[in-house]
Amino acid sequence: MSQAPANPPPAKKAAGGRKFELSEELKAYKGVWVIVEQERGKVHTVSYELLGEARKLADKLGVEVGAVILGAPGPFINEISGEAIAYGADVVYTVLDAALAEYRTEPYSKVMTDVVNTFKPEIVLLGASTLGRDLAGAIATTLLTGLTADCTELDISPENRSLAATRPTFGGTLLCTIQTLAYRPQMATIRPRVMQMPERDGTRTGRVVEVTPNLAEDIFVTKVLDFIPDSDQEEAQLAFADIIVSGGKGLQKAENFKLVWDLAEVLGAEVGASRPCTQAGWVTSDRQVGQTGKTVRPKLYIAAGISGAIQHRVGCENSDVILAINSDPNAPIFDFAHHGIVGDALQILPALTEQFRQRRLVNRKAS
Amino acid sequence: MHIVVCIKQVPDSAQIRIHPVTNTIMRQGVPAIINPYDLFSLEEALRLKDRFGGRVTVLTMGPPMAEASLRKAMSFGATDAVLLTDRKFAGSDTLATSYALTSAIRKLHEEEPVDLVFCGKQTIDGDTAQVGPGIATRMNMQQLTYVAKIEDVNLDSREITVQRRSEGGVQVLKSRLPAMITMLEGSNSMRFGTMDDMFRAARTPLKLWNKDTCVDDEAKVGLKGSPTVVSKVFVPKPRAEKAKMIEAEGGASAQAAAAIDMLFTTYPKLANDLVR
Amino acid sequence: MVEKFDAIVVGAGPSGNSAAYTLAKGGLKILQIERGEYSGSKNVQGAIMYADALEKIIPDFRDDAPLERHIIEQRIWLLGDDSYIGTNYRSESFNSERPNRYTIIRAQFDKWFNEKVREAGALVICETTVTELLRDGSGKVYGVRTDRENGEVHADVVIMADGVNALLARRSDLQKELQPQNAALAVKEIHFIDPALIEQRFQVKGDEGVVIEMMGKVTGGMVGTAFLYTNKESLTIGIGCLISDFKAKGISPYKLLEDLKNHPVIKPLIQGGEVKEYAGHLIPEGGYKAVPQVCGDGWMVVGDAAHLNNAAHREGSNLAMTSGRFAAETLIELKRQGKAPVAANLALYKKKLDDSFVMKDLKKYKNLPEIMHMSPQFFNAYPDLLNGAAHNLFTVDGVDKKSKENQIFKSFAKRRSVLGLVGDAFKLARAFR
Ligand SMILES: Cc1cc2nc3c(=O)[nH]c(=O)nc-3n(C[C@H](O)[C@H](O)[C@H](O)COP(=O)(O)OP(=O)(O)OC[C@H]3O[C@@H](n4cnc5c(N)ncnc54)[C@H](O)[C@@H]3O)c2cc1C
Ligand SMILES: Cc1cc2nc3c(=O)[nH]c(=O)nc-3n(C[C@H](O)[C@H](O)[C@H](O)COP(=O)(O)OP(=O)(O)OC[C@H]3O[C@@H](n4cnc5c(N)ncnc54)[C@H](O)[C@@H]3O)c2cc1C
Ligand SMILES: Nc1ncnc2c1ncn2[C@@H]1O[C@H](COP(=O)(O)O)[C@@H](O)[C@H]1O
Repeated sequence: MSQAPANPPPAKKAAGGRKFELSEELKAYKGVWVIVEQERGKVHTVSYELLGEARKLADKLGVEVGAVILGAPGPFINEISGEAIAYGADVVYTVLDAALAEYRTEPYSKVMTDVVNTFKPEIVLLGASTLGRDLAGAIATTLLTGLTADCTELDISPENRSLAATRPTFGGTLLCTIQTLAYRPQMATIRPRVMQMPERDGTRTGRVVEVTPNLAEDIFVTKVLDFIPDSDQEEAQLAFADIIVSGGKGLQKAENFKLVWDLAEVLGAEVGASRPCTQAGWVTSDRQVGQTGKTVRPKLYIAAGISGAIQHRVGCENSDVILAINSDPNAPIFDFAHHGIVGDALQILPALTEQFRQRRLVNRKAS
Repeated sequence: MHIVVCIKQVPDSAQIRIHPVTNTIMRQGVPAIINPYDLFSLEEALRLKDRFGGRVTVLTMGPPMAEASLRKAMSFGATDAVLLTDRKFAGSDTLATSYALTSAIRKLHEEEPVDLVFCGKQTIDGDTAQVGPGIATRMNMQQLTYVAKIEDVNLDSREITVQRRSEGGVQVLKSRLPAMITMLEGSNSMRFGTMDDMFRAARTPLKLWNKDTCVDDEAKVGLKGSPTVVSKVFVPKPRAEKAKMIEAEGGASAQAAAAIDMLFTTYPKLANDLVR
Repeated sequence: MVEKFDAIVVGAGPSGNSAAYTLAKGGLKILQIERGEYSGSKNVQGAIMYADALEKIIPDFRDDAPLERHIIEQRIWLLGDDSYIGTNYRSESFNSERPNRYTIIRAQFDKWFNEKVREAGALVICETTVTELLRDGSGKVYGVRTDRENGEVHADVVIMADGVNALLARRSDLQKELQPQNAALAVKEIHFIDPALIEQRFQVKGDEGVVIEMMGKVTGGMVGTAFLYTNKESLTIGIGCLISDFKAKGISPYKLLEDLKNHPVIKPLIQGGEVKEYAGHLIPEGGYKAVPQVCGDGWMVVGDAAHLNNAAHREGSNLAMTSGRFAAETLIELKRQGKAPVAANLALYKKKLDDSFVMKDLKKYKNLPEIMHMSPQFFNAYPDLLNGAAHNLFTVDGVDKKSKENQIFKSFAKRRSVLGLVGDAFKLARAFR
């Protein structure tokens, strides 16, 4: 595996504070980078969310936004470069080699290490996806620098111009802000669907820098034998659904979960669930919302019979509107839901289904 | 076969509360558990041991009380345990932690070559998913994260085939030993050890290692060896207002009607999505 | 190969820990099996710990045991609908070097105690449930079976310290079913609260603590008591009633606890806390007459499993610890004398119980459970009457005191005939004598 070139010495801390001088070598690190995650030509939306965020950070620092696209040479690369610029990149680095066709840790981390050491960005952002977290963990080690995982908020610390990355800890009970002061680049992975999707601006322009690493495939040990796409397309949809109806243990038994499906069907919504429901097998585990499930950000999140434990909350609290149905007026879900109905979900759900159905009929007739 | 499983003792996050008055974490009575994700990796390691024989060494870096998690791991069937503990390790971030753990794994490797290292997908307190990749990188091992299934292991050709979860699908990867694997949650379920496992867990002496046992460069562990600095820990701001309650006389259907009216009047844009 | 020990102790509550500790200190080869994740993980207690019983086992326990507060004040309250009448006893002398009573958190205390057991040399295995006693043709116990694969373990003696349900003994027909009138169901919560509030509301400083025992209207006429204890950073509040009463009245224990927490005199004491832990547990309250056979060939039973609990004084853990110690000392003595652990020899354990406060106290109150059970007025009419009387007496409204006395007396006579009053007093006096 590629070894990092001898890393520049860390900066000296000035006595007693977070204010200090970076060494000249480290000062040379400039620009905010986003590693654009593409697999088989498809870009993970978190990458665009991050470009929006990178733009804000770069503007505060007065530097450029760089987007790095890795992959095998192909027509879609140009397209993705264009999109990256439209979403906020000033410069796009396309790193193209047949060995990068499918994501593998070894070639990706090798070239990323080299590219970072060549172009010296001060900040490198990745999505907290399976790819982003796998790659970030590897290159932070080869680069011997700090990495903050799974962030939900990014900012530039005014006192020392370094990245202040905020992330939940202890399952979301607490937040902490982490900084990499004396090392460069500063790295972070960011949770999908937490940052706002930026406006696409087709008129933006930017430079494209091509990097050809000339990798020799035979030095890489791990081979991709096959890729099995999720036949269950619903999985991907939960994270991107506009409307989600979620059920919890308050529905009491598996059969009652049908009430959730019914309402979801009328609304064209996705079905979500709290962990006890997925654990009991009432619904498949890919529908679990929360810390150990999906983070969702729909326009409307209806939670029926869900208490609102912190582990569930962190997965859904960024929804635009949360409507909670719970028989207990003191249920914690009412602490973060926007609207609440105190009542029996087993009765309210079918009532909602029925009335939405009627309204839709009326609506259809009218139009 | 020699397998090392890295486990971490963590406070059970489900039971952590914020003190209502002082706004600090109340650890009193919060039990320490083995990081739940590590158990999927441990179980997978035990299955390989069942199949190929050999040893499963559990390794943790932590305070002396982390012994409990090692004993627990042995009660599931792990054969040996190493507790890496030293004041000098305090304050280690993931880079420093992976350095210290790698040092210990190297020492274990000298005793008997290590074929596989298992880590948890991530921890529930640190939650970084970085230590595993850090170890793999430092050990120059193949890195196989988010593994949903180990399809095949061939000890003669030293090949391993796994299914790795990626966005939108599953990669089937063929790789080689030694490798570092993190297992996906739900990929298996932990066994209930036998009475013999319980006796072994209660009786086997732990290997107690410290920085002098295996760490070459003291500057790379603890606060000194950690590039990241925690600058602030704080309680999430509670939403200023609680949910607005929808009240209506006349039971569920009246409540439902009131709810829909509210949604439509408060969020006119949403109405389009709802009755498309 | 099946392992063999001198003794197996089933359960790691106060009784099991005392037995295992004493045995291991006595040099015997001991296995202790606990079904919970660790000792204390499944245990619920109020919890007051009585120092004397523990001192006899671990004299210097104060050095490192996780103690919350030592009790300097005891309050006994009779709750009315929105009032209480009661007595308080507070003494500076409870601030001595060796206080007599402490509040503890069982999960922590048991864990500490069990650690001592390990240090003393016993082998402790948790998360393992003993499913049955192994007995030979003659009925002699020679070991246990657990719920794990290869789960058989042998021993000369099995000490059952498995708590109030005493499932092992019952499954082996060594005890009859637990009767609903012989067990109370208690529910309790721990409320985390700022220690400054505890100091202010209970007028304590440092590690001083207060205990409030309550009876009265909150149990809805059922036989039962409630309690509120101060811990370091939390309050324990709970309430319990006989199972037979819960059954007959159809009231849920959770509802009772809610009512208690909302009682106007309790609410201000617990306000601002955050509920951390909720649990329910049985308490053996059948008293002397419900104590089963406590030993036989190759077995002894200790603590709650032997129904050793003094409901009148809310003592349980001290009887548990003492009985555990007695069982252990018995075995150590037999071993020293080279005697077999057969029923005739183990009877020494029963004798030790009889000669100590354990059986003497239980005997003293042997009629109390029945009296309480037959006399709902203690939990119903009397709280009303006494609170009403106090209210009357302490309301200055121009009525002369003599007339007030008359009113009070009449109110008593109306709710309960004078004869009944005298009878109750007599019954109680007898039961307590
Ligand atoms: C490490 C870890 C990770 C976790 N990750 C997740 C996660 O990703 N996602 C997740 O969801 N959980 C997660 N959990 C579990 C989480 O702590 C909670 O236990 C869980 O969210 C509770 O699910 P619930 O609200 O459905 O059930 P409960 O907490 O049992 O709540 C049921 C609710 O239904 C209400 N109710 C009952 N009957 C009715 C009725 N008839 N009508 C209306 N309301 C009714 C009740 O008042 C109650 O509020 C995790 C826990 C841990 C320890
Ligand atoms: C709400 C409440 C408040 C109380 N308050 C007080 C008080 O203030 N002061 C006081 O002195 N007493 C109090 N008591 C009584 C006291 O808790 C008991 O008397 C005491 O705990 C009895 O100890 P024990 O060891 O016999 O049983 P337990 O403490 O019940 O311990 C039994 C142990 O055995 C284990 N076990 C059970 N079955 C098996 C099995 N098959 N295999 C393996 N392990 C098994 C259990 O997990 C448990 O750990 C209270 C009780 C309650 C319920
Ligand atoms: N202190 C530690 N000791 C042993 N293993 C650890 C430690 N910290 C992390 N790990 C391993 O690395 C995995 C990922 O941890 P993290 O990077 O903290 O999310 C964990 O699931 C463990 O397997």
